[in-house]
Amino acid sequence: MSTATARQTKPATMAQALQRAMRDAMAEDPTVHVMGEDVGTLGGVFRVTDGLAKEFGEERCTDTPLAEAGILGTAVGMAMYGLRPVVEMQFDAFAYPAFEQLISHVARMRNRTRGAMPMPITVRVPYGGGIGGVEHHSDSSEAYYMATPGLHVVTPATVEDAYGLLRAAIASDDPVVFLEPKRLYWSKADWSPEAPAAVEPIGRAVVRRPGRSATLITYGPSTPVCMEAADAAQAEGWDLEVVDLRSLVPFDDETVCASVRRTGRAVVVHESGGFAGPGAEIAARVSERCFHHLEAPVLRVAGFDIPYPPPMLERHHLPGVDRILDAVARLQWEAES
Amino acid sequence: MTVQERPGAAYQPTPPPAWRPRTDPAPLLPDAEPYRVLGTDAVAGADPQLLLRLYAELVRGRRYNAQATALTKQGRLAVYPSTTGQEACEIAAALVLEEQDWLFPSYRDTLAAVARGLDPVEALTLLRGDWHTGYDPREHRIAPLCTPLATQLPHAVGLAHAARIKGDDVVALAMVGDGGTSEGDFHEALNFAAVWQAPVVFLVQNNGFAISVPLAKQTAAPSLAHKAVGYGMPGRLVDGNDAVAVHEVLSEAVARARRGGGPTLVEAITYRIDAHTNADDATRYRGDSEVEAWREHDPIMLLERDLTARGLLDEDTAQAAKDAAEAMAARLRERMNADPVLDPMDLFTHVYAEQTSQLREQAEQLRAELEAEGGDAAQGAHGAEDEAR
Repeated sequence: MSTATARQTKPATMAQALQRAMRDAMAEDPTVHVMGEDVGTLGGVFRVTDGLAKEFGEERCTDTPLAEAGILGTAVGMAMYGLRPVVEMQFDAFAYPAFEQLISHVARMRNRTRGAMPMPITVRVPYGGGIGGVEHHSDSSEAYYMATPGLHVVTPATVEDAYGLLRAAIASDDPVVFLEPKRLYWSKADWSPEAPAAVEPIGRAVVRRPGRSATLITYGPSTPVCMEAADAAQAEGWDLEVVDLRSLVPFDDETVCASVRRTGRAVVVHESGGFAGPGAEIAARVSERCFHHLEAPVLRVAGFDIPYPPPMLERHHLPGVDRILDAVARLQWEAES
Repeated sequence: MTVQERPGAAYQPTPPPAWRPRTDPAPLLPDAEPYRVLGTDAVAGADPQLLLRLYAELVRGRRYNAQATALTKQGRLAVYPSTTGQEACEIAAALVLEEQDWLFPSYRDTLAAVARGLDPVEALTLLRGDWHTGYDPREHRIAPLCTPLATQLPHAVGLAHAARIKGDDVVALAMVGDGGTSEGDFHEALNFAAVWQAPVVFLVQNNGFAISVPLAKQTAAPSLAHKAVGYGMPGRLVDGNDAVAVHEVLSEAVARARRGGGPTLVEAITYRIDAHTNADDATRYRGDSEVEAWREHDPIMLLERDLTARGLLDEDTAQAAKDAAEAMAARLRERMNADPVLDPMDLFTHVYAEQTSQLREQAEQLRAELEAEGGDAAQGAHGAEDEAR
């Protein structure tokens, strides 16, 4: 916040920031079209698209038939004709019927046509657990998206980033899978919707909290958990650095490795399952690049390798502060051995 | 126990309040018989120029199929799915479109793309294996030849929808086979098209088989054209080997879409004379007598006989068409015999608008490998090809 007079800050939620990002993008660029199930009249089941149909008309913010492959497949054709579709998948697991369109066409069209036909599509996927959702409403599918060349995979952890990253995603000439941590939809920050923060380029991680003892590498819904863990760790003499990746693809090796080289220890934290999950890739990259700086193996704190549990059991599955602190304690292995 | 016998039988349930038929299904239903023109008086009304053009294009298309199949035997094409016997559908699909319209072909529809004016060599890039799409789709208004089944249909709907939003006079024609109608994307595309009243025409070439699976095992619908009724769009059934009939039915559907009348589903009854591809053994799933019966219903023969009987086609004109087709084949052969020039560094060029640092690292790795092999990148590719030979 540079000039307090120009920017009237007030508490805003992540959902509001996301909505504002779409609104601003639509106002600036008539080729931006929002589409999906319930995004129009209802304003989305999380109200993230609230008011867009009223302001821009149903042709710019379209309630589609209930069909994820059709939503994304028609968006491909719209992008072929020069539009910038922003499609909503409503819930993480609802996106699976659209996977063929995503993987066989959205991700490959630029490559297939030697750059002649880019796919400037933003696929908004509310993801992750912690909201008491029943089955198919809490999956963390980022590893599937990360494993698909041609896609960018982005996830905000703060209100400011929700706005900045979504603006960047919509402006991108490449397809972006925009993962919205739904349990942070109602998280608040003092934020100025009238003069929002600068648009972040996709692909840059950020150090949320500087520290010297170890690095917690995280993103999206696990970021606030890691911040809390870092605060708690202080009591035990650990000064933890927290790196919020923001972008899983492209991956910011530079920021991550610089942090790990400073601290010499790293824990990757995410909700998604650990086996062949995002943390497997991250731990491998860090080990390959920072081996001589490491004082301990790179550890992972992840969700269990199980189908997402029913809501009454999800607290046992989601990585919490205690599990992170246990991992941090295990980073002292060298001293013990 | 019946309803009447239940205690409190005086209760009379009312019908659901909101129910009413949304549209009268009768006008959407296809005719019982496939529409035909050749051999009837209706041909007399057709433009003779169009008839002769259809003829020349069919002859050229047949020769193209034969030449491409021959190229697979010479190892110049990895694979070729022939449309011999289906040329009438391919040619009509290409000829009914205006320049600004879009064609959405399946992997089998190379011929339609060529008939629309695409360079025959660029059209074969996918099947030769030097790149996935050899042409700029926007330049030709031809979407990439689509390998997954029916996934190009929602693209056609989206493009047509976008064009209408922009106020452009554009119709999209999307092609799919009988097997493709079983895919979910077929359903979703037709549903979106009808709900949005998008200017799009779906052409199903029912050639009898999805590789080896016959239509009877593919669908229990009365016809594939009948499926249209469920979406609220008209279904049309046409003899797919009657080039004039296919042209007429598709022209009507395109005109309807152009004037805002919405989508149409056209089922063309045709037959794949060749196997699924050069790698398929069709004798395992169909008999010679069936193929012979369809040879007696050959699209070129049907048109040739009708035009000759009407005095529109003489031997000289027919010969001229054959000579033009032969010349096209010779040029194609010659050009396909030249090795494509490939740059391995292109592997990294078009993954993203801007290369990621991860891809830059991998590109450097490949560059080093190529340098170790000696020579520049393009030479490296030829070196590999020489080794393979």
